[in-house]
Amino acid sequence: MTATLPQLLEKLDQAATADQVRFAVEDIAAVKDVESVPILIRVLGYNNPGAAVAAVDGLIQIGEPAVLSLIELLDGYNYGARAWALRALSGIGDPRGMDLVVKASLEDFALSVRRAAARGVGTLHWEQFPPEAIAPAQQRAIETLIKVCDDPEWVVRYAAVTGLERVAAQLNTALQSKSILAEIKTLLEKLVADDEALAVQGRARLALMRISD
Amino acid sequence: MEESQISAKSLTLEEAIANLRQTQDPDLRYYAAWWLGRFQVKQPEVVDLLISALADEDNRSPDGGYPLRRNAARALGKLSDLRAVPALLDCLQCDDYYVRGAAIESLGELGDDRTIDPLLRLLAGGVDAATMMPGKPHLVQPYDLLIEALGSLGATDAASEIEPFLQHFAEKVQYAAARSLYQLTGKAQYGEILVQALDGPDLQLRRAALMDIGAVGYMPGAEAIANTLAENSLKLISLKGLLENHLAKADSQHLSDEAIYAMDLMDSLL
Repeated sequence: MTATLPQLLEKLDQAATADQVRFAVEDIAAVKDVESVPILIRVLGYNNPGAAVAAVDGLIQIGEPAVLSLIELLDGYNYGARAWALRALSGIGDPRGMDLVVKASLEDFALSVRRAAARGVGTLHWEQFPPEAIAPAQQRAIETLIKVCDDPEWVVRYAAVTGLERVAAQLNTALQSKSILAEIKTLLEKLVADDEALAVQGRARLALMRISD
Repeated sequence: MEESQISAKSLTLEEAIANLRQTQDPDLRYYAAWWLGRFQVKQPEVVDLLISALADEDNRSPDGGYPLRRNAARALGKLSDLRAVPALLDCLQCDDYYVRGAAIESLGELGDDRTIDPLLRLLAGGVDAATMMPGKPHLVQPYDLLIEALGSLGATDAASEIEPFLQHFAEKVQYAAARSLYQLTGKAQYGEILVQALDGPDLQLRRAALMDIGAVGYMPGAEAIANTLAENSLKLISLKGLLENHLAKADSQHLSDEAIYAMDLMDSLL
């Protein structure tokens, strides 16, 4: 018989080791129950990366109903939890998270947060924006990611490239100027030619291939 | 584990060089040596100062070690100036285990194959001699670093001497041997030993295996890397190693299926 959410929460309460906490959180996340949002968010503040990964996965699966609580948490003080919450928000792709992921991709001092946020800017769910807001929001995402391609850390630039690839694939070229696409391609070609990290060169090459297909 | 956030601007280049040059304040010298290596300041003047710091007698730790020498030896590995080689070879005789370790690592990074023989001499006696140092929390030599350096230096003839260390009692040494043997022979059996380590119970060892597989570019380990229970930051660095090893060898105009697969895995970890 499948355990109910209260039973699983009980199991988490009684978990005594880091592994037990992680297993309990994995089980809770697998239920994908909106009721579990507060507890999954609380887990982001535990110093348990395995459990946090499971909680982030769970929150992403739950999606929209978790967004406001995550945005609230991002105002909070717990730095470690903020990084994980941002990752969840990036994964959900809800339009209400755009301001936060844009800002974090450009300004956060931790590279793992800038990395997740840059990815998140590229994976926003454009179809959830009001129709008239899609083009300006995509324009803003692209301008943001072009700036992020100057980040000193390779992995943040890598994430920005994946983001540009995603946005470029979803542009409505009937509404939007072809010059945006040309601008993205020019930047990617520049990264292929002279990014200091071979991995970023390679990823930019892949993005160009996919955009041109 | 969050990335350490060092504030690079707390020293200027001129200050760092001046701090390393002065001898009044050992702590300032110690920090300057680290800083100059971290930011890879390759000026000949810096290399000279670091080489003289390898003979420092003033900066001593409570256990009798030479902290400044350790930092200077480490920094010299990052400055690609082969003038450092003779002084680093002298460090192999230093009675501070950590100075020897730093020098060995740097000799591996500098890539001068004339250092293979002196390094190989430290393996004398084989696994039987590779015991704990009495009264210390470490072995008589930094065998893991030694074996890794021999791998980086392409010491193909050393493979038969390294092979028995796969059976050493310390896992760290076993994995170093597997890593090195993979570099020296290209045989998948050694890469697979590292892949199995990704599944081990100890987080520190899983992290070390991630770095090892990335450093040697064992592409068949890509999926196992992505599935390892460890921080995404480290998995990304490991996969970057596979990808870059692969891209450096491949035709630059064409992306292979393996390279694309590695990048798809990396994308999923961002």
